[in-house]
Amino acid sequence: MMDARSRLLSKTKWRWYELLLWAVVFVLPALLPGHALIVNEIAIVALFAVSLDLVLGYTGIVTLGHAAFLGFGAYCSALFAKFIHPDPLLGLLVGMAAATLLGAVCSVTILRGSDLTRLMVTLGVALLLLELANKLDWLTGGSDGLQGVVMGPLLGRFEFDLYGQTAAWYSLTVLLLLFALARRWVQSPWGATLMAVRDNPLRAAAIGISVPSRLAVVYTLAAGVAGAAGALLAQTTGFASLDVFALERSADEVLMLVIGGVGWLYGGVLGAVVFKLMHDVISNITPQYWTFWMGLFLVVLMLVGRERLSPVRWFKGRQA
Amino acid sequence: MLTLLFDGIAYGMLLFILAVGLSVTMGLMNFINLAHGAFAMVGGYITVVLMQRLEVPFLLCLPIAFAGAAVLGALLERTLYRPMYRKPHLDQVLFSIGLAFMAVAAADYFMGSQQQIMQLPEWLRGRTELGDGENMVLGMGHYRLFIIAVCAVLALALQYALTRTRFGSRLRASVDDSRVAAGLGIPVNQVFALTFAVGSGLAGLGGALGAEVLGLDPTFPLKFMVYFLIVVAVGGTSSITGPLLAALLLGVADVAGKYYVPKLGAFIVYALMIAILIWRPQGLFVRKGGK
Repeated sequence: MMDARSRLLSKTKWRWYELLLWAVVFVLPALLPGHALIVNEIAIVALFAVSLDLVLGYTGIVTLGHAAFLGFGAYCSALFAKFIHPDPLLGLLVGMAAATLLGAVCSVTILRGSDLTRLMVTLGVALLLLELANKLDWLTGGSDGLQGVVMGPLLGRFEFDLYGQTAAWYSLTVLLLLFALARRWVQSPWGATLMAVRDNPLRAAAIGISVPSRLAVVYTLAAGVAGAAGALLAQTTGFASLDVFALERSADEVLMLVIGGVGWLYGGVLGAVVFKLMHDVISNITPQYWTFWMGLFLVVLMLVGRERLSPVRWFKGRQA
Repeated sequence: MLTLLFDGIAYGMLLFILAVGLSVTMGLMNFINLAHGAFAMVGGYITVVLMQRLEVPFLLCLPIAFAGAAVLGALLERTLYRPMYRKPHLDQVLFSIGLAFMAVAAADYFMGSQQQIMQLPEWLRGRTELGDGENMVLGMGHYRLFIIAVCAVLALALQYALTRTRFGSRLRASVDDSRVAAGLGIPVNQVFALTFAVGSGLAGLGGALGAEVLGLDPTFPLKFMVYFLIVVAVGGTSSITGPLLAALLLGVADVAGKYYVPKLGAFIVYALMIAILIWRPQGLFVRKGGK
């Protein structure tokens, strides 16, 4: 017999298969050097999905503008590398700090109102930044994108190579670190209050949880994580373009999260893998009309009910 | 100056017709429908195809665009939308954005990705000017005048239908509280199906009218989705006057913003929307007492 405390704690331990999974993931760029670029890409969108999961999955804030933070992180770190210092880690920190700050400012906008209002203000912020990046062309290069970003070697030693191995390991490391951090957050008592807010804000407030402060803090933290994803994106591609702010990017990300399962940190990672592979396959078949099939997939998925697909259910069934 | 205001009002009227259906359906079933622009696009393409290939006169195209979009809306409501009403908002958002993506790709496949050009009939092409040359007070494009007239008539008709007819009172009852309305014997499902069809039809009509002003290409549903949503979010979902005023405000702000500070472009509109929604999260023009 376990007492309540250790039973609760046992759920938060790292399992052996989780460690194995991460070990396998880290060997991948070495095993498949030809696919290091896609590993890098997946790691970045997975990190972005983790960030979105904190907001959408754990706290239930419906957003269609999470790309705002990704894009802001990307542009800030790219500009930092171009004009101030080419060191990637410093750039990463700058990108994260900038996005966190933006998240703190924007968290004011999501505190009140219905789902529709939140949808609109989040979308509005992303579009606002898109317009801004487009019009400030002396700084950001406008619609041509920010070019000429040259990154220094990582830790002063590892150059970013053409095959993307360094980039893949770099992104995977950042993903793992932030993932572990996010895992710690959601499994803490504070994380439990987030889910209480998601499930019923009124009751959560009634038992003494400060709903606005939870929303604001989680939104800010998630923005920082998204900013890290953006910084990685800009650094490993050496480029930042307007499409980092685009609605499609936010929508794709929500789709990934839904494929993998919301309210489950691995859901974002899994969804990112499935989505990227699916994207590759479908756009090989019909490069121009692949959005149609993605739309169809979404519609069917929603009609059938995403709960039936979600791995959360299988795992929950096992634990109960 | 006045010309700008005039253009803004025409634009706003157009946005109102495009978005009013969305506003009512959203208020009625609490359903976030991001695919609303797809119906507008259908109406636009119907008009363009009829006029260019079959040479149907413009005035006849408008009711056909309305009917086409309405029938499509009714069909989709019956088959696809209805199961989604009870799902969470996230599901609805993803479902409808999926529909919008499909519509974009399908339009691209069937009609090509280029912008469609519409030939207006002769009597709508001119422009009337008050004052001349340097001291022109007001220049009115005939087509914009036509848009304002049509939309104003429609807005009045809608307002009349909503406040004076039996259907209108049923609709308002259902919006306020659909469960109680159903308990009183109002066939809420039918009311909703009809409203959805009319709303889609109005979007189709708006798309037909706006093809020349807004431009019509396959990305239409996504490009203007934001504008429709702004109208709904700012105007509130409980009346017709709210979205009307919001649409006019948006239209004037957008046209004036693009004219006076072209560098900032759509920036002003988004900033204004965010500011308004922080100030009044439920929308500017909300009736008290509703749900």
